Amino acid sequence: MATLTQRLLGSRGDLLALLLLAAVIFLVMPLTLDIFRLNLVGKYLTYAFVAVGLVLCWGYGGILSLGQGIFFGLGGYCMAMFLKLEASDPEATAIQSTPGIPDFMDWNQLTELPWFWVPFENFAFTLIAVLVVPTVFAFLIGVAMFKRRVSGVYFAIITQSIAAILTILIIGQQGLTGGVNGITDLRTLLGWDIRTDSAKYVLYYLNGALLIGCIVIGRYILSSKVGKLLLALKDKEDRVRFSGYDVSNFKIFVFCVAAMFSAVGGAMFTLQVGFMSPSFIGIVPSIEMVIFAAVGGRMSLIGAVYGTLLVNYGKTAFSESYPELWLFLMGALFIGVVMAFPNGLAGILKSDWIRRVFVRPPLAAIDGGAAVRDASPAAKPAATASSPDDNLPRPAGAGR
Amino acid sequence: MSNTDFLLAIENLTVSFDGFKAVNDVTAYIDYNELRVVIGPNGAGKTTLLDLICGKTAATGGSIRFKNRELTRLAEHRIVREGVGRKFQTPSIYENLTVYENLEVSYPSARDVIKALFFRVDEEIDARIREVAETIFLADCLDMEASLLSHGQKQWLEIGMLLIQGPELLMLDEPVAGMSVKEREQTAELLKRICKDRAVIVIEHDMEFVERIANRVTVLHQGQVLAEGPMSEIKNNAKVVEVYLGH
Repeated sequence: MATLTQRLLGSRGDLLALLLLAAVIFLVMPLTLDIFRLNLVGKYLTYAFVAVGLVLCWGYGGILSLGQGIFFGLGGYCMAMFLKLEASDPEATAIQSTPGIPDFMDWNQLTELPWFWVPFENFAFTLIAVLVVPTVFAFLIGVAMFKRRVSGVYFAIITQSIAAILTILIIGQQGLTGGVNGITDLRTLLGWDIRTDSAKYVLYYLNGALLIGCIVIGRYILSSKVGKLLLALKDKEDRVRFSGYDVSNFKIFVFCVAAMFSAVGGAMFTLQVGFMSPSFIGIVPSIEMVIFAAVGGRMSLIGAVYGTLLVNYGKTAFSESYPELWLFLMGALFIGVVMAFPNGLAGILKSDWIRRVFVRPPLAAIDGGAAVRDASPAAKPAATASSPDDNLPRPAGAGR
Repeated sequence: MSNTDFLLAIENLTVSFDGFKAVNDVTAYIDYNELRVVIGPNGAGKTTLLDLICGKTAATGGSIRFKNRELTRLAEHRIVREGVGRKFQTPSIYENLTVYENLEVSYPSARDVIKALFFRVDEEIDARIREVAETIFLADCLDMEASLLSHGQKQWLEIGMLLIQGPELLMLDEPVAGMSVKEREQTAELLKRICKDRAVIVIEHDMEFVERIANRVTVLHQGQVLAEGPMSEIKNNAKVVEVYLGH
C-alpha cells in the first residue's frame, strides 16, 4: 500500500518535515529542558491540537471558528470529571458533610452526585466521552449553521457567542461544574499519580504521539478528495453545490474533525496541567488559538504546531516582563502576520527563494490523490502544488 | 400535471421578488438532444430562468419537470444528480486546483463525505478525465493550476467540469462572453459536438454566434416569452426586432 503511506505521510518533503517535528518533540525538547519547562511545552502542545484542527477547518475549509475553546474545554472537562471523581473517594473526602462527592459540590451544599457525573466514574466511558461529546456538539452546531448556509463572519460570531455562553453557564453552575475555579486538585489516573515527574514525562510523550497522529490523520483527509473539495468550496461554493455535492455535509465533517482534535488536546491538557477551568473555553483563548494557527501558517498542519510553540514561548517570555503590554503585542503580531505573511511561518519557509536555496527542484508529482497522473510524461512541476502543505495561493479574507 | 414526452417541461413558471415578477408565467418545452438558445434584452429574466431550473432560486409558482420529475422542490445537488448541469456566467472554476483536479473533483462519484475520503482515481476515471480534457482543448494543460488559464480556457474548463458529469441537460450562461474570435469558433464546434447526446440551453447575446449554433430560439422580454421558433423566423419577427434585435 505505497499509496496509503503516501497519503498519510505526504511527499518526501512532507515526511521530512514530520520527522523533524517528531525529533523536536521527542528528542530536542526532553533533552534540553528540565521537567518543569518540558511540562510547559507539553501544555502548549495541547493547544497545537486546536491549531491543527483550525488548519483543516479554517485554512482549507474556509470556516473561521472563533469558538474552538468550546471543544478544547469540553474534552478537558470530560477528563477532569473522571479524575475528580477518582480524587474524591469517601476516604479522601471524609471531612466533608457528604463524603464521596467532589469538594466543590460539598461546598455548594450538594448531597449527591448529579446524574450526568455518574457515568464518568467509568474510564472507558470517559475516553469515549472525550471524543464523542465535543464532536456531537460540533455536529449540532454544524447542522444548525451550515444547513442554513450560515458562513463567514456570521459563523465566527455565532461560535464566539457559544463560547461565551458556555463559559457563563459553567461559571454560573458552580455546584455542578466547579464554577470559575474549574475542576482542580486532580491527582491520579486509575491509581497512577499524574503529578510525579515520571508521569509528566509519560504524558508528554503520549501527548506528542497523539499530536503526530492527528497531523497524519489531517494529512490523509487533505490528500483525499475531501481535501480538494474543501479547497474547491472555499473558492467557489456554488460550483461545488451545482456539481452535485451537498456542501454542508463537508463543512460539518471538517468542523467535527477539528472539534475532535481540539477535544483530545483538552483532555491532554487536563492530564498534564492537573486542572481544567472555564478560562480555557471562552472568547480570549479561542481567539488565541486562531492566532497560533495564523502565525504558524493556516495552510500547514505542521506549521500550526510551530506557530503554537512560538507564540506561547513569546507569551511566557514577554508576559513575565511586560504583563500589561503582552496583549497588545499579541494583537500586533496577529495583524502583522496576516498582513505580511498570510501563510504564516510555513509560508515564509516555502517562499520561492528558500525553495531555490535549500530544496532541490521538485521531482515528479508525488501527491497522494493523483498517483495515476504521475505516470504521465506531461507531469509538470506545478503538479506538486496539490500536496497539502504546499504554498497555495492565499485565500481571500479570513472568513467569507 | 400531465406527463410529457419532452425532456424538460416548464409550465406557468413564475418567480416574484417582492412583487417584481422576474419570470412571469413562462411555458417552454425542451426536447431531447435539442440545442435551445434563449435571447432577450438585459433584465428579461434569462439568467433567472436558469436559476429556477437548477434550483438556485425557488419558484413562486408553476412547475419544472425534468423527465417528468418535478424539480421545483428538490435541493440543488439533487437536481444535479437528476442530470441537470449548469454553467455560470462568469467562469466558475477552482482557481487553486490544477485542471486535472478540477475535472477529478467534478467526476460524478464519491459525492458523500465518507466515500470521498476513500476515493481514488482509477484508470477508468483517469481515461475519462483525459478524454474530456481533449474535448475542451485542454489536454496539454492538465497539470497547470487553473488560475493560470486564459479567460476562454476557463470557460471551457467549466464546460468540461459539467461534461464529465454526463448531464442530460446542460445549461450555459453566455459561454462565449469575453472570448476571442478563434475561441468563439472553437466553442461553437464544441457545442455542436456536445449536444449530440444531450439537450443544451444556451443564453447568448452574440447574434452571429446564435445563428451559428441554434436550432430553436426562445425570446424573453420582461419575464415573459415574446416569441419562440427557428432563428430565421425570429429574425423577422416584428416584436422581437422592436424590443431586442432592432438596436
